[in-house]
Amino acid sequence: MAAKEFDIPELPTYIEIPELKEGVMDGEGPFKSSEEFQEPLGFPGEKIDNWQEVAIAKMGELKSKYRSVQVFLDSCVKCGACTDKCHYFLGSSDPKNMPVARQDLFRSVYRRHFTFAGKYFPKLVGAKELDDDMLDDWYNYFHQCSQCRRCSVFCPYGIDTAEISMAAREVLDAVGLGQKYCNQILGKALTVGNNLGLPEPALKDTLLDLEEEIEEETGVAVKYPLDVKGAEILLITPSADFFAEPHIDGLIGYGKVFHQDGVSWTMSSYASEGANFGMFIGSYDVMRKAALRIRKAALDLEVSRVMVGECGHAWRVAYSFWNTLSGVGAGAADEFGQKLQDQLDHRYPQPQHIIEYTYDLIQKGELEFNKSENDDRTVTFHDSCNVARATNMGGISGGQFILPREVIKAVCNNYVDMERSTIKESTFCCGGGGGLLTDDLMEIRVKGAMPRMQALKEVEKTDGVDTLAAICAICKSQFSKVLPKFDFDPYMIVSVHQLVSDAIVMDKPQTDDSDAADDAEEETTE
Amino acid sequence: MSAISIFFTALFYISLIVFLVGMARKIYQFWITPAPLKIPTAPTQLTQTGVVMRMAREVALFESLFKSNKWIWLFGWLFHIGLLLVLLRHLRYFWPGDLPEIFLLMQPFKYAAFAMVIGLGGLLARRIFVQRIRYISAPSDYMMLLMLLIIGISGAVMTFTQNHTDVLMVKEFASGLITFDWSNLPTETHFLVHILLVFVLMAIFPISKLLHVPGVFFSPTRNQVDDARKKRHISPWALQQEQEHTVRLEQTLGKDE
Ligand code: SF4
Ligand code: SF4
Repeated sequence: MAAKEFDIPELPTYIEIPELKEGVMDGEGPFKSSEEFQEPLGFPGEKIDNWQEVAIAKMGELKSKYRSVQVFLDSCVKCGACTDKCHYFLGSSDPKNMPVARQDLFRSVYRRHFTFAGKYFPKLVGAKELDDDMLDDWYNYFHQCSQCRRCSVFCPYGIDTAEISMAAREVLDAVGLGQKYCNQILGKALTVGNNLGLPEPALKDTLLDLEEEIEEETGVAVKYPLDVKGAEILLITPSADFFAEPHIDGLIGYGKVFHQDGVSWTMSSYASEGANFGMFIGSYDVMRKAALRIRKAALDLEVSRVMVGECGHAWRVAYSFWNTLSGVGAGAADEFGQKLQDQLDHRYPQPQHIIEYTYDLIQKGELEFNKSENDDRTVTFHDSCNVARATNMGGISGGQFILPREVIKAVCNNYVDMERSTIKESTFCCGGGGGLLTDDLMEIRVKGAMPRMQALKEVEKTDGVDTLAAICAICKSQFSKVLPKFDFDPYMIVSVHQLVSDAIVMDKPQTDDSDAADDAEEETTE
Repeated sequence: MSAISIFFTALFYISLIVFLVGMARKIYQFWITPAPLKIPTAPTQLTQTGVVMRMAREVALFESLFKSNKWIWLFGWLFHIGLLLVLLRHLRYFWPGDLPEIFLLMQPFKYAAFAMVIGLGGLLARRIFVQRIRYISAPSDYMMLLMLLIIGISGAVMTFTQNHTDVLMVKEFASGLITFDWSNLPTETHFLVHILLVFVLMAIFPISKLLHVPGVFFSPTRNQVDDARKKRHISPWALQQEQEHTVRLEQTLGKDE
């Protein structure tokens, strides 16, 4: 299928709310998943015959299992406050990308089947049947939502379209209409251990290469340990960190910080993935399965700390959901959860974000930086949706905004924020989150990136910003792709730990050296 | 009692019962539906006190709406505060016997009717003229505003124009509804329209978007404490799944076996 031609949005000085253009983003949606990817997750391989019946039953089940779904479906007053808050609407002008209109695709069917008014007066309350057209709209438009939750910040009742999108995708999976990108990746993550399908030997090779490269470059033997039993820290990081640019420079940075701290750490080949696409497809069970792999790795490797690398939704799942899903944290009820909690060192937050870790070391004065290494850059920080709106760092109010900025400022002299209404809790999504980071969704990805690109363009003009730092693997990949479409340098996107990596002053490991010297002496004397 | 009085008396009780039963059922449904995951939205609150304050600001000041859209906030808030004050003032009609002094203080609340009507008018205008809001509006959304607007205007007409209705008779009727000592009501059209719409609104409350009133208190993005790392949050169904080991690592998943 040839990619559809589309216009790249212009970047205005101010974002104007567009006129509605109905149907501009109509379409078939992303590639559909096939039996091969559906069945391992427990979903039907293709669209089932009695899909309507099953879908309605599933809706009923979900609204009784999720208070969010039930309350959000009932509470919207159609005030319209959220209508101009979605980057996909701002970039595409398609009214069905207005958060409330997106919810209404689901709500109108809910009303028809589950409410008195919708059953008896469907026209009056906008209740609709779940017919083929509606199902197509669901598949298309619920895959034009990155579950970024920006709309939820601005809704007077906190209605979170992400919850509705997740529910809708779960219904779609239940009738055999899965999305190929997410479900294929989940298959790999749940069998091989990471989204790339990278088996242990390949992972090991990659990390060895990395170690060699760094040693050559810096003269310091920074290690990237894999499957080391008894290490203190288990690092769970998105697998993109092993390969992709600019992600890998972030991984290099983590390693350098660990090295300087002198802590023992490891990664796991069994759970070599921080990302958890189970969240994107809305499946509690799939999400839990991915989380359980991490628990197993932590138990097997007997670590006392679990840490998470730079990945937005991974941090949401880890911070907000792991304790619920698998008992990383406190108060687990089952045997393995309790075992893990006994094993973990509760002087540290569990799980901890790599930014929290680096920030703590900086606070304690344990890292030394040569900030001038970053003097050729003027940096701005992109708050990734999931980190910004669904998590915390450092246990202080707004810590998820403060800590990354403090880390950047500790290693860079030139830092500028983008416009206030586009950062922190109001941050604009990169355009590629929520399972949309696939080439078959390129049009919506580019259009959805417009508001972020606009704010970036402004600080480029006013402050000469030439570096965009982020702590999310999806953001980094998405920006690499879309930056050039808006006349930016694709290499301007960096990991926060790349900035750390470039400025950190590495001391040669004296203890190792003297050990080595001792060893050598012993050898010669023998 | 006149036929019309009997009709309205009956309608009041029917609406009231529909309202109470409907709301109780709905609130019970919201209550028992578990929130399996922690999903507070930023700016999240790290303590229970913080959450209570956040909810208070949300309910009293419409904080999120203020951040979102100043016009909708202005009209929405005017309408709600107007309605609240007017409702408080209406208590005088239902109070059996002489009024305690506090009601004197509520006398000026009658002017809140203007806030209410202006707010509603603004909201209706936006619904009609702002393309995005028109797009998301169903007939019931206009109907709801119109009903409230007619209630507000008819009330204001009785208070501020020469078309006063017999207030003592209203009080006798209204307080009679509470004490089950029923009596006739005035029969001016604007008064009848006023209370008819109020009763209807009461009855459709539990089956309409007016459910946002209890809904806001149950909204997990607003009412949850952001403490997932410290305290385990788990829903009954998820706990049961955990105990029954419904999700296992070893099971299925092709190559894993
Ligand atoms: S802001 Fe909330 S209540 Fe208003 S239309 Fe959007 S979802 Fe509905
Ligand atoms: S969650 Fe984000 S992408 Fe989805 S409707 Fe809301 S603002 Fe748009």
